Amino acid sequence: MAKPRVKAPKTAKAGDIVQIKTLISHKMETGLRKDKKTGKPIPKKIIESFAATYNGSEVFSSTLHSSISANPYIAFYLKVGKSGDLVMTWKEDTGKSWSAKKSIKVG
Amino acid sequence: MSEKVRLSVLDRRDFLLGAGGVAALAAFLPLGTRPARAGANWQDAMKAVIGDAKPAEGKVSLGLPEIAENGNTVPFSVDVDSPMTSGDHVKAVHVFATGNPRPTVVTFRFSPASGKASARSRMRLGKTQDVIAVAEMSDGKFYMGRRSVKVTIGGCGG
Repeated sequence: MAKPRVKAPKTAKAGDIVQIKTLISHKMETGLRKDKKTGKPIPKKIIESFAATYNGSEVFSSTLHSSISANPYIAFYLKVGKSGDLVMTWKEDTGKSWSAKKSIKVG
Repeated sequence: MSEKVRLSVLDRRDFLLGAGGVAALAAFLPLGTRPARAGANWQDAMKAVIGDAKPAEGKVSLGLPEIAENGNTVPFSVDVDSPMTSGDHVKAVHVFATGNPRPTVVTFRFSPASGKASARSRMRLGKTQDVIAVAEMSDGKFYMGRRSVKVTIGGCGG
């Protein structure tokens, strides 16, 4: 159901601060809505965390709550020192997780 | 005849007593139900995240539209004025929507490798309200920024 999408530059100069844009398709069910037919509350199910590592060390992370919109969009910045892999992981409150990888080349 | 008058006076008194009783009860009920709603208090939500810290105004700029037509997706940005070096950087920014049923929106955690303390996302806003962003600095200080947003159609479901 959930599918992450990431926009990151393929190349950068050493010392550049680049913007990384991420989006994952997810309903972000708040737990406050009710099923219109049965009247029963729809259980809460959200992406509760996001983390980005560059060459293995964490550069940015986020804790999300139910006030974040459906299909959570997160954009952040990264100061690029040398070429490497940016790995991003999204975790749902059910324990499920998704990840995406982008390589940035410094040259 | 006089009997009938007395009766009606009594009725009126009973009625007034009854009405007073109902009014007294009605006055009590909201007080009695208030603790159950304490979770929706943004001050409590903020305390749960930043403890007893008293954030100073400044350094944090919160970008939000003045009028949000659709409360389901309100784009926002946070920017904190900081050199982002290992000795002086922003550790985290916490965002609170003061009028939402669950006021805590998001926490962004930065590192010197972030380059700048800036992030963007989209939030739900249930009604017209103030949004607050609190920055936690590496030296233990807290700063905050605030914006009010008019919401045309609320976005908290229900």
